Amino acid sequence: MTQGHNYVFPVEGERFDEAGKVSVQVKQILKKIGIPDAVLRRAAIAIYESEVNIISYAIHGTASLQVTDDHILIDIQDVGPGITDIEQAMEQGYSTANDHIRAMGFGAGMGLFNIKNCSDIFEMSSEEGKGTHLKITINR
Amino acid sequence: MNVAFLVEKLGLKVRCGGDRLDREVSGGYAGDLLSNVMAGSKSGDVWVTCQAHQNIVAVSVLKEHSGIILTQGREPDKETIQRASQEGIPLLVTELSGFEIAGRIYGLLHP
Repeated sequence: MTQGHNYVFPVEGERFDEAGKVSVQVKQILKKIGIPDAVLRRAAIAIYESEVNIISYAIHGTASLQVTDDHILIDIQDVGPGITDIEQAMEQGYSTANDHIRAMGFGAGMGLFNIKNCSDIFEMSSEEGKGTHLKITINR
Repeated sequence: MNVAFLVEKLGLKVRCGGDRLDREVSGGYAGDLLSNVMAGSKSGDVWVTCQAHQNIVAVSVLKEHSGIILTQGREPDKETIQRASQEGIPLLVTELSGFEIAGRIYGLLHP
């Protein structure tokens, strides 16, 4: 799982009981590396929201973390339904979450927006019926 | 101001984390949408919410909240208590509404 500062974490769909598991681990890793609090908080939020998205919508996925001298690179890939209209999905408040997800306080249509806000570079691609890929870069 | 002070002044019931009431309360945040709390709350905040399920604990750990207050007499799920205990997050309960408890906390923080 670990090679230098490269980590890959699996995330399973529908496992709401595990939401936050990866982001809490990542936060500890980044703290150990000596990343400043303000920066690692952004990384933790971006990964938390990504985890919740995989759990809420995808079958399964992975969250990869790579720390270089200048950047924190986060790569999120899932196998799932994909996103039809990325522009719409990025709008604050837009969500396709069902009632069960919303009742827990998820699915407020803020996740992707939060991720983008925490990123210095944010790229998203998606293929309907296949899955979604997020590339998040945060400057150290 | 620490969590113990809030517990005493506001008559909160402690459901777990009784040994961590020395945590400093630097502010507060009220919200039931987890993404909103992730985005808006700050380290040291006490979080006021009606969500009682286990996912609130991860949010509090990530945001380094001083504690969680469940409103309107909501009791935390068994898993929530378990997780909060593991993570050392004080879990508190009040009979008051979110509006009322937030107002009182604000008054204590900004006398």
